[in-house]
Amino acid sequence: MSFLIKGETGDWEVVIGLEVHAQVISNAKLFSGSPTDFGAEPNSQVSFVDAAMPGMLPVVNEVCVEQAVRTGLGLKAHINKRSVFARKNYFYADLPQGYQISQFELPIVGEGTLVLDLPEGETREVGIERLHLEQDAGKSIHDLHPSKSFIDLNRSGVALMEVVSKPDMRSPEEAGAYLRKLRSIVRYLGTCDGNMDEGSMRCDANVSVRPVGEDGLRTRCEIKNVNSVRFVMQAIEHEARRHVDVYESGGEITQETRLYDPSKGETRPMRSKEMAHDYRYFPDPDLLPLVFDDAYVEQIRATLPELPDEKKERFMTDFGLTPYDASVLVVERETANYFEDVAKGRDAKAAANWVISNLFGALNKKGVSITDSPVTAENLGKLIDLITDNTISGRIAKDVFEIMVEEGKDPETIVEEKGLKQITDTGPIEAAIDQVMADNPDKVSDYRGGKDKLIGWFVGQVMKQTGGKANPGMLNELLKKKLAP
Amino acid sequence: MSDLTKLDLATARDGLAKGDFSAVELTQAYLKSMEVHRDLNAFITEVPELAIERAKEADHNRTHKQAGVLEGIPLGIKDLFCTEGILTTAASHILDGFTPPYESTVTANLKAAGAITIGKTNLDEFAMGSSNETSYYGGVHNPWKKHGDPRPLVPGGSSGGSAAAVAAHMCAGATGTDTGGSIRQPAAFCGIVGMKPTYGRCSRWGTIAFASSLDQAGPMTRTVRDSAILLSVMAGHDPKDSTSADMPVPDFEAALSGDIKGLRIGIPAEYRIDGLNAEIAALWDQGIAWLKAAGAEVIDIALPHTKYALPTYYIVAPAEASSNLARYDGVRFGLRVEGETLDDMYSKTRAAGFGDEVKRRIMIGTYALSAGYYDAYYLKAQKVRQLIAQDFVAAFDGVDAILTPTAPTSAFALGEKSDDPIAMYLNDVFTVPASLAGLPGISVPAGLSSEGLPLGLQLLTKRWDEETLFRVAGVLEDAAAFPGLAANGEG
Repeated sequence: MSFLIKGETGDWEVVIGLEVHAQVISNAKLFSGSPTDFGAEPNSQVSFVDAAMPGMLPVVNEVCVEQAVRTGLGLKAHINKRSVFARKNYFYADLPQGYQISQFELPIVGEGTLVLDLPEGETREVGIERLHLEQDAGKSIHDLHPSKSFIDLNRSGVALMEVVSKPDMRSPEEAGAYLRKLRSIVRYLGTCDGNMDEGSMRCDANVSVRPVGEDGLRTRCEIKNVNSVRFVMQAIEHEARRHVDVYESGGEITQETRLYDPSKGETRPMRSKEMAHDYRYFPDPDLLPLVFDDAYVEQIRATLPELPDEKKERFMTDFGLTPYDASVLVVERETANYFEDVAKGRDAKAAANWVISNLFGALNKKGVSITDSPVTAENLGKLIDLITDNTISGRIAKDVFEIMVEEGKDPETIVEEKGLKQITDTGPIEAAIDQVMADNPDKVSDYRGGKDKLIGWFVGQVMKQTGGKANPGMLNELLKKKLAP
Repeated sequence: MSDLTKLDLATARDGLAKGDFSAVELTQAYLKSMEVHRDLNAFITEVPELAIERAKEADHNRTHKQAGVLEGIPLGIKDLFCTEGILTTAASHILDGFTPPYESTVTANLKAAGAITIGKTNLDEFAMGSSNETSYYGGVHNPWKKHGDPRPLVPGGSSGGSAAAVAAHMCAGATGTDTGGSIRQPAAFCGIVGMKPTYGRCSRWGTIAFASSLDQAGPMTRTVRDSAILLSVMAGHDPKDSTSADMPVPDFEAALSGDIKGLRIGIPAEYRIDGLNAEIAALWDQGIAWLKAAGAEVIDIALPHTKYALPTYYIVAPAEASSNLARYDGVRFGLRVEGETLDDMYSKTRAAGFGDEVKRRIMIGTYALSAGYYDAYYLKAQKVRQLIAQDFVAAFDGVDAILTPTAPTSAFALGEKSDDPIAMYLNDVFTVPASLAGLPGISVPAGLSSEGLPLGLQLLTKRWDEETLFRVAGVLEDAAAFPGLAANGEG
């Protein structure tokens, strides 16, 4: 899949690297025991350590360390058994210590890989540069008072994993696929809930362009803190276009941090080069290096769930699904589990179709997730069974499914209550055919006179007569026999 | 009854245990002394009412056989330790009105053992200084004076208030903190025992940070035994400090056997610096002779990287300080000077809140850490620090303890060096190497200069070997038979 920007001087390609801040699922902050619940009252989850009171010291939360290692393993990455926390010094009111504890030279996780699932079932690998642990800052609120800013330190000190990709992506679609895949993996692992709208996953995109055929990287700009997959894709597209325009009008791109404004559909500079921070990193003297052994890593590895890529492979081999269907079904662990429950002992392709086209559509319309689906996997399975054993037709099944979505009942009850059982006796079907033929002698003679296409009209009439319950195969066969001249 | 403040801590402890006097009587005596010596400016905050209240509790505990190791012993607490409900200033304007709702681990340990806080002692601002002249609350005066010279002298720093308070018998003992010599140097200037434990022996939690990789709390007392007693209580593993060592605290007092026969004492040639004060050189030789006489073997050793210690220290410590002091921004506590913008508020608050020496070190540290200079300064300093530490490791292969002078001079007059930061930094030339290596060290008062001022000798041992340190220090103390201020007709 290629994405090229047509310029006046030729085609340009875009080079994208992403930095994703993923909030670690943990009960306490990275270096304090404060809780991390979303949506709590401002400043209700702040310890003396988080507020950087004099004399306070950080103590690393081992759960967060374990979550980072777990995520690293999920990204097939190298785990650094010795890593170092560093201070990144800069002043801001929502950064109480005046520095952020992060990892710099020696992060906890090194290089890894992530497989993108692209449309049409293609895949592509993107390199992971590193994953490091760091503290989140607090939040400044500027619009509650004409001259004052309010600070909420609830998030201050919350553990983040910063996942840095290599500049391996070449289109907004790939960037989108990267974010969706990363989100899928951390959700499988239970290390981050991936909710971009709650800010538990945020993305910085590094974008540069170069004429097709040119090697090496040109100056990049960083678009900060984009909080939806769609906006990331839009922002990249706009930014790449801007670069091409600048280059083609003889200008130069300067390295800077920019913000994406979705309402205007443009990026703009966040701070100028003159204001650029000299962050002054150095190893945090309050914390010892993080050191663990192979046994620790292996013990975490042993608890890893089957991850999306492996699951996808298995769905293709065991169930004969297409790459596309398999990749769609494994995005969410819950969906994959649901599908497997439906497919158990049944035609897996039929199960996949029902889940992907019917169930997803219905859930979307209702705006609920699969865990709140009104149709349980057990009931959907039963519905497929009813089709397989000819109790209902595929068409009736769609009606039954609608009722299942609305009422949550099991399909057998619905078929029973509404009398939707397929008619498979020849008698009633023949009687209905006879009736229709008797009522429409002109159509019969038209058909016999060569208007073959009228067969469809006859099928419809008979179905109407039988309330749609006639076995379609049987109906077709009988109708052809009776209409034959 | 004779003046209870004349008793050292161990004797007072035993007297309380025997019921010779009450904690209230002892505390009142010290509070009286604190009042008498108020002109020394040793305390920033006095808490007489709290002290008496605590003394009553102590007496109650003792009659109910619930006495802790230090039950009823009045102590001065360096105002760098956060004390719950008591103003804590770090001797800085920027912490105006800061009363912590928490207690530092070291002072909590002392409290739990029954010790009584009678006040918060003065210090150099944020512990940055070697003369106590950088305190926002004014300099402390050394209780000692030159013969026939009434001019006030500095007590040394940064724990100058604690040193003066202990020397002038305003408390039975005091806490100090030592980053590059801030316990040992003022102890030498004031004629008391000052001990810096192994880095990691005492928790740093709740102690206002100067340079995190160097800061260590320690006892300041009139005798080596008192030092051992106090450290036993101050020390211990603290899960709230990641650099606190998870190891048991030995009974340091029990280590004072008085026997150093066969111990090997190292004498580093590099400490015999150019132009070393002749009296101090002579005292050092005297110290060597005392230890030999007590049966120790004296061995010449080399610590080749010593000359780099001071410059290394003055990169590492300010670098960490520049970062540690970033939290004093006027946003959450202490002083705030309003400004037009957030940056303006920071600038004005920090300009008004920090003194010159603190600003100087923040500037040095910020520069050393800035892009382009990090490798040349901070990283290089860390490498040299390793070499200095390795010097000691190699030396301790052959010796059990090292003997050096504590400071290159005796106490000097107020204002004498305050315009010359480099001359001031040289005060720590003998104490800084051990700080960089994280070693325990002790300064023992060993003699008087011709002008009648105290001079100290420093002992160092390898990490976690405070027991040997105290053992040798006890022998040195006995041999020196230092008169102390009280015997000099003061106090």
